[in-house]
Amino acid sequence: MDLTFASMSEIVDAVKTKKVSVKEITHHFKTRIENIDGKLNSFTSINPNAANEAEALDERLAKGEDLGVLAGVPFGIKEMFCTKGLKTTAGSKILENFVPPYDSTVVARLKKAGVVILGKLNQDEFAMGSSNETSFHGVVKNPWNLECVPGGSSGGSAAAQASRLVAGTLGTDTGGSIRQPASFCGIVGVKPTYGRVSRYGIIAYASSLDQAGPMVSSVKDAALTLEVISGFDEYDSTTTQRSVPAWSKNLKADVKGMKIGLMKEYMSGSLHPDVQKTVENSVDTLKKMGAEIVEVSVPMTEFAVPVYYLVAASEASSNLARYDGVKYGFRADFKNLSAIDLEEFYGKTRGLGFGKEVKRRIMLGTYCLSSGYYDAYYNKAGQVRRLIMNQYLEAFKNCDVILSPVTTAPAFKIGERISDPLAMYLNDIFTTSTNLAGLPGMSVPFGMSQDGLPIGIQLTASHFEEQKMLDVGFALESASPVKGKNPHVI
Amino acid sequence: MIDKKTIEHIAKLARLHITDEEAQEYSTQLAKALNHFETISKINTAGVEPLITPTEIESFWREDVVKQEFSAEEMTANAPAKAGNLFKVPPVV
Repeated sequence: MDLTFASMSEIVDAVKTKKVSVKEITHHFKTRIENIDGKLNSFTSINPNAANEAEALDERLAKGEDLGVLAGVPFGIKEMFCTKGLKTTAGSKILENFVPPYDSTVVARLKKAGVVILGKLNQDEFAMGSSNETSFHGVVKNPWNLECVPGGSSGGSAAAQASRLVAGTLGTDTGGSIRQPASFCGIVGVKPTYGRVSRYGIIAYASSLDQAGPMVSSVKDAALTLEVISGFDEYDSTTTQRSVPAWSKNLKADVKGMKIGLMKEYMSGSLHPDVQKTVENSVDTLKKMGAEIVEVSVPMTEFAVPVYYLVAASEASSNLARYDGVKYGFRADFKNLSAIDLEEFYGKTRGLGFGKEVKRRIMLGTYCLSSGYYDAYYNKAGQVRRLIMNQYLEAFKNCDVILSPVTTAPAFKIGERISDPLAMYLNDIFTTSTNLAGLPGMSVPFGMSQDGLPIGIQLTASHFEEQKMLDVGFALESASPVKGKNPHVI
Repeated sequence: MIDKKTIEHIAKLARLHITDEEAQEYSTQLAKALNHFETISKINTAGVEPLITPTEIESFWREDVVKQEFSAEEMTANAPAKAGNLFKVPPVV
């Protein structure tokens, strides 16, 4: 059995029929990490107990126990997720030694379903970035071209999955942080509807935007993982009490009669010719499969980037106030100070503990929430946010799923945009509005640039309509011209 | 106007020490970003309720039961400095 490229279902079947032990699978992928990750920097730590946990699963299987729907599947987890006993730094110096005493709900559900966690994955500091260049652990490289970024903030997850160092990864998406790196690295990334997945134990960046989701190698694996991690959680009052559909079992590549919306606002901008071509190819493919293409309009998406950054920075400035050097994390050295005031204590710790981008966003958020500016920025952004959502809901009266590019261009070079924050922020132009409206979105690989870099297609559905989105993604995947292509680093 | 003085005031509000170099850098960058973000000021939002959470929140209350999820040792395990099971901080008065 070719473990490297096996789907999750194949791994689970092989484990359950005892063709391969969980220990063997764990060993196989651990060796891949040891041999390949030096080039990528996608892992920040390795779970030292992975082999023992794998053996324990094998023992349970020998006793006839059911290990769960993801039995033996090796996973890598983005550093934003708390993992009991495993360092969780969120890519920041301020949490450099933080070892959570509990698992986030999502990780607990994965473990219950039988996965083995191989380690934690690199990311932009506190998920703030579109290139994975702001991590305390260093830059992650794109496995298709080591001079390019893997995208951010879930760049470690995307790079590890694209190189098949694991069979599944988790990411978080606040303004596109699952979909954009998935597109840049040629994997499937799904951001579910806001409220589908519990945020309990996920380090908070912008609470009204953050959602966790799978970053995997196929739409079916995404659907399966999503089923495991979704559902009501009594520890997160923003999770929905709706039941979780059997997305993976219901998955069908039949789009006959479905209405695919093309947002005219997304097609009129300056798209890279390779991205433009990929979008056109995907539309032609769906048309040939019997889908109806309709034009829809969400004119307010023009303002999505400003609204996103005003909302996200404001929420971040509030959420990150908890890092004060008292209870956990980094504390500035005060050994030689006999007496200090409290502001000095907090200020020095936070000034030294946070990286540049995080400080920039805390400053932006604090400014927006400060007296005299709240109405003009935060409140106004909230109002425009409602207009964006209302226009989306109108658009979904005329179509089932909206198709668009994920980004304006394929992965860019490391260092190219890091010194111009606004240029970096504008990189998120196609992804942020989905988060503002709380809609589900995904990226499916469908093209390749002339330079050999992957290009994804973004699909967005109305609230809680993940099945429609996954079905269109499944259809596209079945006809994808880049199916079976793998990065050179493999 | 995001001048250096404003930046220093915001940094104080955010309890964030920044260097002179950072203050200069943030002043230029935030002015540029906010100038771009000003585009939303032209949108007519009269009477529009701000959207805070994008999907409906259903009320849910957990049982009001006392339970111990973590021990004091577990809770202080990540402390930068501790004395026994207490958080230890430098004198601040």
